[in-house]
This record gives sequence, C-alpha cells and structure tokens, in this order.
Amino acid sequence: MENKKSILFAIIAIVIFIALFTLVEMGLLSRQYMGLLVPICVNIILAVSLNLIVGFLGELSLGHAGFMSIGAYAGCLFTVYANLPPFIEIPLALIIGGLVAALFGFIIGIPALRLRGDYLAIVTLGFGEIVRSVLNSLKIVGGSGGLKGINSGMHKSDYYIVAYIVVIITILVISNFINSRHGRAVKAIRDNVIAAESVGINVVYYKILGFVIAAFFAGMAGVLYGHNIGILKPATFDFNKSIEILVMVIMGSMGNIPGSIIAAIILTVLPEALRFLQDYRMLIYAVALILIMLFSSNPTLIEFRKKIFGKKEKGGK
Amino acid sequence: MKLKRIFALLTASLMTFSLAGCGENSGQEVENTDVFKIGGIGPLTGSAANYGISVKNGAQIAIDEINEAGGVNGMKFELLFEDDEKDEEKSVNAYNTLMDKGINALLGATTSGCSIAVSNVSVDDGILQITPSGSAADCTNGVNSFRICFTDPLQGELMAQYISDKGFKNVAIIYNNGDEYSKGVHEAFVEKYKSLGGSVVVDESFTSGDVDFTTQLTKINSSNADCIFLPIYYTDVAYITDQAASLGLKLPYFGCDGWDGVINQLNGDTSNIDGSIFLTPFISTDSDPKVKSFVEKYRELYNAEPDQFAADGYDAVYTIKAAVEQAGGDISNEALISAMTQITVDGITGQMTFDESGEPNKSAKVAIINNGSYIAE
Repeated sequence: MENKKSILFAIIAIVIFIALFTLVEMGLLSRQYMGLLVPICVNIILAVSLNLIVGFLGELSLGHAGFMSIGAYAGCLFTVYANLPPFIEIPLALIIGGLVAALFGFIIGIPALRLRGDYLAIVTLGFGEIVRSVLNSLKIVGGSGGLKGINSGMHKSDYYIVAYIVVIITILVISNFINSRHGRAVKAIRDNVIAAESVGINVVYYKILGFVIAAFFAGMAGVLYGHNIGILKPATFDFNKSIEILVMVIMGSMGNIPGSIIAAIILTVLPEALRFLQDYRMLIYAVALILIMLFSSNPTLIEFRKKIFGKKEKGGK
Repeated sequence: MKLKRIFALLTASLMTFSLAGCGENSGQEVENTDVFKIGGIGPLTGSAANYGISVKNGAQIAIDEINEAGGVNGMKFELLFEDDEKDEEKSVNAYNTLMDKGINALLGATTSGCSIAVSNVSVDDGILQITPSGSAADCTNGVNSFRICFTDPLQGELMAQYISDKGFKNVAIIYNNGDEYSKGVHEAFVEKYKSLGGSVVVDESFTSGDVDFTTQLTKINSSNADCIFLPIYYTDVAYITDQAASLGLKLPYFGCDGWDGVINQLNGDTSNIDGSIFLTPFISTDSDPKVKSFVEKYRELYNAEPDQFAADGYDAVYTIKAAVEQAGGDISNEALISAMTQITVDGITGQMTFDESGEPNKSAKVAIINNGSYIAE
C-alpha cells in the first residue's frame, strides 16, 4: 500500500514537471504566469512546512515569516559573498539557509514550547518581530534598505526548476515524517498531550523536532525567494506574511498536505489573475477568500473530498 | 474550538488589511497599433498607497496633455498602471503582467526596493525603465534604468552646502535610524558638512513609530547648536517641532523633501516652523506657469493637492516623450535608451539632463515655510 502510493507520487511529480517544462520551453505560458512559478513553489514549501506545526503538532505559530527571513538572509549572504558556479552555489545556499533557520527553530523551540496555544502564538509572533527589527538595523545585511545584489549567475527563468525540486523534497520529507513513528508521536501529542506523555512519548523532544523541521524548510523557501527577487527587505517578512502562510494552511484544511499545496497555488495565483479588475482587485480578492473559506469548510464538500482521496482526513479540530 | 476562533479573527484582520486603501478608478484600455504603451508600477493599495496613486495621477495628466496635443510621431500615449502594494515580489509580478500587455517603456517602480527588484528583471529585457521616485543608489544600476528624483546622498550633500553657505557652523541632527531614506541623507550630509568646515554638535537618532523626542531635544537645548537639520518625513517633523516649542527651543530648522506635506500635518498652523527651509524638487505654489497649470489640473481632476510624487510621475512621462521624439521613428529599446542621454527635459521639477549612469542632472529648489504655505525661494 505504502509502496503503491510512493510510486503514484513519483509519477505525478514527474508528469507535472514534464508538463511545466514543455509549457515553459515552448513559450506557451505568459510572462505573468512564468513569473509566478517560483512564488508558487515558495508558498507551497511555506504552507506545507507550517502545516507540520499547525496541523500535525497542533500548535499555533505566527512566526513562520521569521524563520523564512533568517534562512533567506543566511543563504543569500552566502550567494552575495561566495562566487561559485550556480550549480554548486545554489544548493549550498539552500542548505545554509535551511540549517541556520533550523538552528533558530531549535533556539526558539526550547523556551517557547513550555507554552501552549494562544501563549505560544504570541511568543512566536514576538520572535518574528524581533528578527525583523534586528535585520532592520544590521549593517552587514543592508539594514532597512535591504540586501541587494543577490545573483548566483543562474538565469532567472531557470529558477523554477530548482524551486520545483525543493518542493518535491519538502513534500517527500514532511509526508514521510508524518507517516513515520515520529510522526505518529507528533500526532498523538496533538490529540492528547497527557495520554501521549503517559505512554512514554517525549513531548518536548517531538515538539522541538517539529519546529526544527518546519523552520528548515521555511528557511529554504526564503533562500528561493531571495534568489528569485534579487533583493531582500526586512519589511517583507512582517506579521502579515506569517498570517498569509497561515491562511493557506487553514484554507487547505489543517493536517492535510495536498490541501496546503492547492491552497498555496490558489492564493498565489488569485490576486494576480484578478489584475484585470483594476481598482476592485483587492476587494474582490477578499470576497473570494471568504467564499473559498466558507466553501472549503462545507461538510458536504469535505465528504466529497474524502471520497476523492479515498482516505479519512484527520483535521486538527 | 478556541483556536478556531483565533483563526477566524486573524483571517478577518488579514482581509481588512488587504482592503485598506482602494484607489479611485481611471485608466481605459484601447487596442491600437499606433499606441505607445507606458507601463506604470506603484503601490495603489496598502500603507504606501499615497505614493503610487500620486504617481499614477500625475502621469495620467501628462498622458492626456500629450494626446490632446496630437501625440508623438502619430502615436497616442497610453498608461497601463499596475499595483505592487510596495512588495518586491508583487512588483515583479506587475512588471511581468505589463510585459504581457506589450509595453514600450516602463515608468516605475515608485518605491526604491521595488525599483531594484524590477530592474533586476528588466535589465534582461532591455526595456527603458524610468523610476519617478526610487531614490536608493541601486535603482539605476542597469544600463536601461534612469530616475527623475534626487538620490538620498545627493540631497544630503546639497543641504550641507546650503546650510554651510548660510553661515551656520554648528548643526544638530535628528534622524530616523530605521529608515533607509533618512539614513542615506544623514550619512552624506554629515560627511559633506564636516568637509565644509562645519561641526555636528548633536547627532541623535530615533526609530519609526517613536513619538517622544524630549531626550534628543533636551540635548540640543543644552548644546551650542545654531540650527537643526531634520532629514525625516513630515509626520515626525510635526512631533519634533511641537515638542521643541514646548521646551522653549527656538532654532531655525532645515529639512529635505520628506518635509513635503508638513503643513497639512500641522493643520496649517506653522507658527513653530515659520522660516524653516527644506530641499524639494517641486513646490505647488511655484509661480512657474507649467507648475501652475499642472497644479490646477490636478486639483480639478483629483480634488487633492499634488505632491512631489505626482510631479515626478508627470515629468517621467514627459521624459519618455522626449526620448521618443529624439529617437525619431524608432521606438526600439536601444534607440530609446541611447536617446535618453541626448535629451533635455524642462519639467515641473526643474530642467534635467541624464547621464549614462541613469542619474538626472538638475538643480534643487528650496522651499520656505511661511505663514501656512510653502514659498519658493
């Protein structure tokens, strides 16, 4: 059963890649949608990794943009100062960004995970704001003016391939983690902490593990973002960014990875697809968001989804 | 259950944020091969919406004027303006959208960070990019990118020269440490001022959001400063000058173009800052007939007072027009860009020429605040 699923996943991943590659190479995609490929990938990584914390660990984190920015700055600083060929530089930058973010995930995890629910949410929120304030006044990363000149030498229109590979790795790692022994422990903690502790699950360990993995991928997403745009500004990674990611997770229903992916795609494409509405764009976008939320929380629809995916959904409700 | 309620609240707040500041409608689409399309990018929603809307409005006036006068080389001009919410990624998205629509030249982005992000991409396309108001040095890094406004460092140098020429030798400065613009002006000012033989007796900073400046002002009060330089935005200027007055501090103030708008902020009561002088590219009370006609049109169409962003947007369109005329019938990117260094534009922010690095050469104007209005020196 598990084997069958991994083969299916591999086939889907390859088919989507071939489809994307042909569309791009044959010039069938408009500039607008070509430009959206990397942002979509970045948002998928962010949403899936946050889903690990919110959906599977059952903790509310409002500091995901903080992890993203730490990874982004660490990885992009490396690119700015190291002048290696792109195929070495980009993977190294991604790993450095991920590791530094993971380190901060660990540091913030230790004191923060003594707290639960709303309290933890506020602590992570504070963490994100601290990161932003520090970046704002750090000279080496350009302060409020931003880190400029992030150029790995790879052509801009090829970044989507790197981004796609990172997306696949993220999904593979996180979904395997969730279905592993560790993942079951994490879900047990979410469902009932006391019961989990009583059967000998090390709650602190698993919580920190969850935070570290999520932070690692958020950091990688940040590196991709920085390389794609070429400039990093602390103001980008504010509270709103964290909420934006959270909205994707909620829209895709918590604890549901395919849901997070689809929600990330929709929420990235929708505001761009609505550009023709001119001044009414943000208004219609907000209305669409409300409707989608109502729609995706509709019980009949949830039943329908269960039939499609043929598996019982475990939401974090 | 509780968690769910928090989510609902957060989602609602996000939506409110995204709704903040919907602009008014304009911009019509005409499909025509004899149309020269100018793509504009700037924040029309979000916290910086004022800037983008001003640029868009100013540019639209210029476009309408050009079209009324019959266009250029038989071509009508058209402005296609896209929102970027002052976000670098969205700015690049906006740029890609505009490229799909087949723009011939780019007017944008409005803010510095977005301009840099867009020029990272536009340099590969080679399209003529003119930012009306991106003042960070890196905005004009590409061979295809130019700007209308002054850079931050240049403003600092000009003001240092001006203050020094006026005979003030001991300056006190308060600047915003969390703002790139303020820091850029401050740094260049200090360097230039010292090289001119002046001394900075008090050099204090604050961060965005601060409203209490008593500490900094007390320091200035007990120093031998003979003037105060405030390279900051007008909202902070209002706080500082108000608190200085209640401390009994009466020194002449100098500022830079962030001061534009300070009179409105003070509700017209300028008794504390009468005689203050700031550097600006555009003064709406200027007696120049071009400025007068622009200000009148702006007031009539948008029921608002034009600021320097509007003026920059207006001049950017005329700069593109001048480049198109200079290039003759050829509107290829190369022809337009090489025409840029040959033109002289007599705009409402002054007469300017452009060098190959993309910087404008133009003289600064100085505005004096007197009895509730700005007066050109």
